[in-house]
Amino acid sequence: MKVLAAMSGGVDSAVAAARAVEAGHEVVGVHLALSRMPGTLRTGSRGCCTIEDSMDAQRAANILGIPYYVWDFSEKFKEEVVDDFIAEYEAGRTPNPCMRCNERIKFAALLEKALALGFDAVCTGHYATILTGDDGELELHRSNAYAKDQSYVLGVLTTKELKHAYFPIGASASKDDIRAEASARGLAVANKPDSYDICFIPEGDTQDWLADKLGEKEGEIVDRSGNVLGQHSGAHGFTIGQRKGLNIGRPAADGKPRFVLEIRPKTNQVVVGSHAALAVTELAGSRFTWCGSEPKDATTWFEADVQVRAHADAVPCMAAVVDGEIVMKLRDPLMGVAPGQTAVLYVGTRVLGQATIDRTVSALSVEAETIGA
Amino acid sequence: MAIYLDYAASVPISAEVLATFTEALQTVGNPSSTHSLGQGSRMMLEDAREQIALAVGCDRSEVIFTAGGTESDNLAIKGLFWKRRGENPARNVIVSTYMEHHAVIDPIEWLEAHEGAEVAWIGVSDEGVIELAALESFLAARGSEVALITMMWANNEVGVINDIKAVTALAVKHGIPVHSDAIAAFGHVPIDFKSSGLSALSISAHKVAGPVGVGALILSRAETLTPLVHGGGQERSMRSGTMNAPGAKAFAHAASLAVANMSKHNSHTRALVERLREGIESTISGARFSRGSASAMTHNAHFTFEGLKSDGLLFLLDQADIAVSAGSACQAGVDRPSHVLLAMGRSEDEANSCLRITVGLQTTEAEIERFLQVLPTAVAAARSANPT
Repeated sequence: MKVLAAMSGGVDSAVAAARAVEAGHEVVGVHLALSRMPGTLRTGSRGCCTIEDSMDAQRAANILGIPYYVWDFSEKFKEEVVDDFIAEYEAGRTPNPCMRCNERIKFAALLEKALALGFDAVCTGHYATILTGDDGELELHRSNAYAKDQSYVLGVLTTKELKHAYFPIGASASKDDIRAEASARGLAVANKPDSYDICFIPEGDTQDWLADKLGEKEGEIVDRSGNVLGQHSGAHGFTIGQRKGLNIGRPAADGKPRFVLEIRPKTNQVVVGSHAALAVTELAGSRFTWCGSEPKDATTWFEADVQVRAHADAVPCMAAVVDGEIVMKLRDPLMGVAPGQTAVLYVGTRVLGQATIDRTVSALSVEAETIGA
Repeated sequence: MAIYLDYAASVPISAEVLATFTEALQTVGNPSSTHSLGQGSRMMLEDAREQIALAVGCDRSEVIFTAGGTESDNLAIKGLFWKRRGENPARNVIVSTYMEHHAVIDPIEWLEAHEGAEVAWIGVSDEGVIELAALESFLAARGSEVALITMMWANNEVGVINDIKAVTALAVKHGIPVHSDAIAAFGHVPIDFKSSGLSALSISAHKVAGPVGVGALILSRAETLTPLVHGGGQERSMRSGTMNAPGAKAFAHAASLAVANMSKHNSHTRALVERLREGIESTISGARFSRGSASAMTHNAHFTFEGLKSDGLLFLLDQADIAVSAGSACQAGVDRPSHVLLAMGRSEDEANSCLRITVGLQTTEAEIERFLQVLPTAVAAARSANPT
């Protein structure tokens, strides 16, 4: 088939492209230009749209003997990912921009363009596996390289997108194997460091970057009963579960530390409380998609595992669609889950779907916390 | 076999020039050395200088060899600005248009950001022609504050030829030096530096089938500038560094051939471009010939195509072994909206939908027919890849 290999300039996408070539596909390398003001060189682990990355991708494509192009998605990226990231924080939520990029750019805008230009599939260096289920439908599964597994950020893929997605290194045992393979293939990116940070925040300091975009706006720090405990200089500077830097001076009545429980953008309030109140037992979201074929009757409670961060373990839950919202009742409470985060549902290794968390239910009622205090 | 329709980006070096160049590269000796071998290299360099002077109608002492067109533009703009403003601090304004190549726009904007220069961008018509009336009234109001005017002889993207003599006629009344980037124009239109009224003019070898990395700034003997590169004082002390005699020789050979073959070249390319225009306009709806009826270089056909983005179209054409471009070649390989089209008042969408086809003496009718055969399908696919 005719494969478009999305090449970031990193080692994973280079080896993925190499394997696609080796599998006999007709492969074209494409680097996505996502930044309107590309820096010229990488700084540390950041940046996926620098000229250096583009050159690295081009060198890899040259070595593989495949054509190479740079496609500009910077405008779309700004609208769909960067602006959304800012708006989500402004609304008191904690978004995952990589997920959003997969959903709106790599497996949407890029895939659509690729299909229109005559390609059959988009190949990336993600660690995840596509299998055919018993019903003959495609399923997305975790990678064998569990430590590197990226099925979480691909949870947004729909059946149609799975049909055209190709992850040649998804079943690899480890990242070390991929680096060794890159080296054996003569790809100069073999020892390039992994990137971890958000690519469009060049200094790596999200709070600083957000303060710059959203400005500082003083507000109240309150407890769950509404008592004002102090002031803050901008609600977006806080994340759920944060303990340090609250500057609320006097200790709680029980002498125990307090944590950020909630951010209320409408009133510009930051709600704090005890560690126990940080635990949530239920997650729910009305914006959800199924990955591959959907459950026969999703309105009946079923067993699943739910993962709320890219690098977290999945925890058991009971899930069901109730009144247009997917509700996940956790067997054991999770600490510090923020609205805006994505909950990805798994059954075994299979990704069942995902939801953006709109609301959570605390393990500790307001009354109980007040009595405890 | 790939079809090359991107002559404005770089003209393939001709066999004759290649032979001259490779032979010259074997010459021993630094042109500044006083021994006989050095004198031999010096002779090669000075012969080349004379040939370049003949090709552009200037004195041989007015030719300053550089390492390419971008260096020539930088030397002229920064050098003349510093010199003029140094002599008279009231002259702090640079006048230009946004049709210029980035080799001109970027040094100007650098001077604006780092040297406190003020910039006046004169408008152009929707066909890309300089609004001379606007220039005239600006100079009438503020001519005494202007350090330098720089306006290209012909535009590298859409091919429009400017009336440089009209520009210098306006400038001379206010004692303002005029530089012209003639990198795209050289070899396509007759250039006579002496009668042009210019103080400085940039040219480059690889645009006339010479080697990359060689250029010249023609600087009037009545003019001096502040050099950018300091060292051994070569090239009238305007551009230090060991002179590239073999490169100069190859450039001179290429330049002479380009001037000698100009009418043959122009009638050949005019016919090809007429066929291109007729072929495109008759088969593809929503295609717009960018420069309209403006006077232009014969080898350039620049179009915008409604409802597509250039990158998709370029990709499809490249897959069909046809090398064309969206405008000027760019560092990161990303096609940005053309600043030239934006200057002509076109929308960002239009400025993102360009296709520049440029041909040369080696281009054949069969190649043009093949291109015209492939283009409609490619345009249709690129349009479907750009849903609105």
